[in-house]
Amino acid sequence: MTRAYKNKVLFFRILVLVIILGGWEGSTRMGWIDPFFFGQPSGIAAKLYDWTVNGTSIGPLWLQVWVTLYEATIGFLIGSGLGIFCGIVLGRNAFLSDIFSIYIKIGNSIPRVVLGSIFIISLGLGIWSKVALAVVMVFFVVFGNAFQGVREADKNIIANARILGANNWQITTGVVIPSALTWILASLHVSFGFALIGAIVGEFLGAKQGMGLLIATAQGTFDANGVFAAMILVAVVALAMEAILTLAENRLVSWRPEVLRE
Amino acid sequence: MAGVARRFATPSGIISALEDFNLTIAEGEFVAIVGPTGCGKSTTLGLVAGLSKPQAGTVSLFGAPVAGIDPRVGFVFQQDALFPWRNVLKNVCAGPLFRGLGKTEAEAQARDWLTRVGLAAFETSFPHQLSGGMKKRVALAQTFINGPRVLLMDEPFSALDVQTRELMQQELLALWEQNKAAVLFVTHDLDEAILLADRVAVLTSRPARVKSVYKIDLPRPRVVGELRFDPRFIAIAQQLHEDLKEEVMKAREAIPA
Repeated sequence: MTRAYKNKVLFFRILVLVIILGGWEGSTRMGWIDPFFFGQPSGIAAKLYDWTVNGTSIGPLWLQVWVTLYEATIGFLIGSGLGIFCGIVLGRNAFLSDIFSIYIKIGNSIPRVVLGSIFIISLGLGIWSKVALAVVMVFFVVFGNAFQGVREADKNIIANARILGANNWQITTGVVIPSALTWILASLHVSFGFALIGAIVGEFLGAKQGMGLLIATAQGTFDANGVFAAMILVAVVALAMEAILTLAENRLVSWRPEVLRE
Repeated sequence: MAGVARRFATPSGIISALEDFNLTIAEGEFVAIVGPTGCGKSTTLGLVAGLSKPQAGTVSLFGAPVAGIDPRVGFVFQQDALFPWRNVLKNVCAGPLFRGLGKTEAEAQARDWLTRVGLAAFETSFPHQLSGGMKKRVALAQTFINGPRVLLMDEPFSALDVQTRELMQQELLALWEQNKAAVLFVTHDLDEAILLADRVAVLTSRPARVKSVYKIDLPRPRVVGELRFDPRFIAIAQQLHEDLKEEVMKAREAIPA
């Protein structure tokens, strides 16, 4: 890609942003829409500034971000670890998968957000109820992909490994896991978002700290700007984690053909 | 060890790929199997490799029945079966490593084999960066490094272009002259079968039986590129073509087009 093309893309990206934000701000100033209900970019910016400098009504801003990120990350690690492990075990063992597939299907069909209430009751208002909700949100996505990835592993390559002398364990670690890795990594991308949703919904339902509580508080005081400001922060966190995951992915699957670009 | 005997008879239920199939291969002999499409050529190899079991009859290797995968067997697949996440060197040393050899020793052996197939400069490349012929060379090195006594090849060169195929055939002959494994080479290319093999077995259309076996007494070492125009080669090829054509016609009648 040429430099000129990149600049052009950048220019139009900024233009789109300016039009949207400008239109929003302009409409509220002209009195077409009510900033009380729909917020206002300048108001959101002021809110973010206020939170950063003076802290929020429930404590310092960084602490809220940190708590939510902490819950989501722990939930993500546990959920994806369990998901990968169960996916590979069930994917490799037809007997176990015949036994458990029905329960996984049932578990997957329950709207998992509802479990949040159970977790709040059993694990309390602290971080562990949110971690638990993040775990169940992440688990099924990662499990499904890991399982499918294991099942899709090339039969020829497995036969080849077997003839070259690999035992079952070597086939699992040397052939099945690397070939399922692409699938697993794809699910990890999506599932950090799910972990974040789990943590925030958990905080909605009942918490002492966190972004979810911040949003709930803003909602309770009809503070539209506050909701948007918290939303932006969540988006920033999600994007930052996404970037970190992409870096990790590129390191792990460096063998993949590079996408050709003109 | 006097000789290698393998026999199979597989009258399975609905579709029988092989029926009352008898073939014996001597140690160090190169036997090619030709036959109409879908007649059960690959099934035969799967049975010898221990990847599948016969419903009737016995498949024997070195006088003992095949029970599971035998470490003395090597298999070169039709499709690409390299590990795409390993580089060329790691692909070639996969076999020794699986079999419990130390890393240094395995890599040294792998380097030696890569040199023999002319890919020493590519040891850090990944399979997707190689051409079709190069991938086949890696596959050959990967198989030969285990020193197989029985080599099964399932249309290994069918996906290559004509020039590359000829080169690979020559290369295979060179490797085999050193290794002297018993080879069972499945192909649909009659010329390839005659050029490479000591004996060519023509199979019937499904269910496959050995229709006839031809002894190819062309002298070795053979030069694939020259032999192709040798009158003796042409005579054998003509005879086999007639034989095979009959079966191909039968196979065609059996499947409504």
